Amino acid sequence: MATSAAVRSSMGLTLRLSRVIPDCSTCSLYRLRSCVNSAANLQRTGSADSFRTINRHLQTSIGLYHSEEGSSNAEDPEDVVNVVYIDRSGQRIPVKAKVGDNVLYLAHKHGIELEGACEASLACSTCHVYVNAAHFDKLPEPEEREDDMLDMAAMLQENSRLGCQIILTPELDGIELTLPKVTRNFYVDGHVPKPH
Amino acid sequence: ILLIGCTSLLRPPSGSAGITRCGKACYSSCNPKVCIVGSGPAGFYTAQHIIKARQDVEVDIYERLPVPFGLVRFGVAPDHPEVKNVINTFTQTAKHSRCSFYGNVNVGKDVSIDELQQAYHAVVLSYGAEGNRSIGVPGEGLAGVYSAKDFVGWYNGLPNCRELSPDLSCETAVILGQGNVALDVARILLSPIDSLKKTDITQPALEALAQSQVRRVLIVGRRGPMQIACTIKELREMVNLPGTRPEMVATDFEGVAEALKDVPRPRKRLTELMLKTALEKPGEKEQERRNKASRIWGFRFFRSPIEVLADPNHNKIAGIRLAVNKLEGSGEGAQAVLTGEEEDVPCGLVVSSIGYKSLSIDPSVPFDSRKAIVPNIMGRVQQAAGLYCSGWLKTGPTGVIATTMNNSFDTARSLMEDMDSGTLDLSAAKPGSQSISALLEKRGVKPVTFSDWEKIDNVEMMRGEASGKPREKLLKVEEMLQVART
Repeated sequence: MATSAAVRSSMGLTLRLSRVIPDCSTCSLYRLRSCVNSAANLQRTGSADSFRTINRHLQTSIGLYHSEEGSSNAEDPEDVVNVVYIDRSGQRIPVKAKVGDNVLYLAHKHGIELEGACEASLACSTCHVYVNAAHFDKLPEPEEREDDMLDMAAMLQENSRLGCQIILTPELDGIELTLPKVTRNFYVDGHVPKPH
Repeated sequence: ILLIGCTSLLRPPSGSAGITRCGKACYSSCNPKVCIVGSGPAGFYTAQHIIKARQDVEVDIYERLPVPFGLVRFGVAPDHPEVKNVINTFTQTAKHSRCSFYGNVNVGKDVSIDELQQAYHAVVLSYGAEGNRSIGVPGEGLAGVYSAKDFVGWYNGLPNCRELSPDLSCETAVILGQGNVALDVARILLSPIDSLKKTDITQPALEALAQSQVRRVLIVGRRGPMQIACTIKELREMVNLPGTRPEMVATDFEGVAEALKDVPRPRKRLTELMLKTALEKPGEKEQERRNKASRIWGFRFFRSPIEVLADPNHNKIAGIRLAVNKLEGSGEGAQAVLTGEEEDVPCGLVVSSIGYKSLSIDPSVPFDSRKAIVPNIMGRVQQAAGLYCSGWLKTGPTGVIATTMNNSFDTARSLMEDMDSGTLDLSAAKPGSQSISALLEKRGVKPVTFSDWEKIDNVEMMRGEASGKPREKLLKVEEMLQVART
């Protein structure tokens, strides 16, 4: 009994590492019990068969895992980039990220309310963030298309960037990203999504 | 064994489920119920925020057409597919367990706002702006004059614009207005047909544009370059449009370069690009490209329409008479003042792109006909408890999807505040869609669900595949309903 349980759980682990089953525990949809993906529901019931019924994880702006796009899965300390998001209510949310992570999808992964309406295609300005002075200059210059979209953003500042265009590098360790207070968009009952 | 099944049903998850007479588990009728009228960006962003903010609220979205998404589907230009990615976010909201979509329901005709207010704790009006501002000049009704709203609706497959059949047999087209919609129309009129072939532009529009004789498009505005309403992305697309060259009037730009010093960044970058395009001598390669171009576009500033001139022999337009203006004041607040001078521009097509306009759909809802919005404070409709508004109906028809998003989040927040403070009385249970569905059934109205829409979506994508397009839109409501009912 114990042996088969151990085998089942290690199979699950292997499949998660090879990215066949998504790791749902970090997704805000899963935590809010709102995920329509049956793989997530199977994980929730602890079904031993969850690794047999793989469903294509829905491509959604919340569910996109940048880690599936090529960054390392290993817990290499040199790979770690510490990021702090400051949400629209002023709350500081520290996050441990990896080199290569995309700031927009990282925010989604941690339930931070940064919209990405056009899904990182430089066709909107909903992922507008302010970058702290110490790290702003370390970012590569925005391309013309990013500047064009930034021009549309409300409350544009000198240190404004589009989150979907910021890819983390080791020298960005400690970067702080503030969400502009364009709406007073925060949870009314004070609920704050727990950072991963 | 059946008994065990029933027992587990009887234990409500999260204390919110109950049992209906037919034995199915259902959400408690004590859950707050919100109804949203309109399924464009305003409707969906309002729904998204409400659902995230409270775990017990159920949201129903009503839409007049069988298909959702409003201007994302019918307004965004076919060659801007990335802007439409937001549909994925909206789809996620629609498929949330606490959200339901009811298409093919005409609020104001099939069901009244009053009936919705009785069935729901709160009603949010997000039905946008489906009317136009009229130009207000003689000759406006002549054949060959179209509103940009209808022209865009025509190439984007809006069912009631299907039979527009604009006459594209003339050489010059004049667009009144210089916002992004005006630039979209200019770009679609002048784009090489090969680039349009791979978009979701409708087949009839594609065929009409392939035969089009239009070679010159003038984009006319009342004021000057510093007041132009378009944004830099769209201007850049015109400047870089293959097969075209710009034609501007250099004197329109007098004094503009000097005025740029203290201007905010977005206006500065936009004006600099315009100046460069209008005044700078192009490099060799660009000059060569311009020499080869067979299509022309340009801005004309300081011009207001006074009359659309008819061709006496053919009962269609021959041109447009414009008044020449001068500016009083500067910056965003500058006013156009008549000089008395006039100018006639021969043309065969006039597209009026001077703004959309909201309409009143139900006499019981307060409506400001001067501003054409529902009077509100922070999204709360004045003198109407339980009624809210978001999107263009709330603020007037300007702004992009991001603007509407922020606007909708603000309305949702007002609604949440009212729920939390008790301003909105949640103590009485409301029947929500149960009673509205019964009403609609009695009236012979059959709503289209979100999964019905997905059938339409699949048919459109399949049809598009055959011609290398992302989709071939269904153009008639009857066709959409037919597919929905399969």
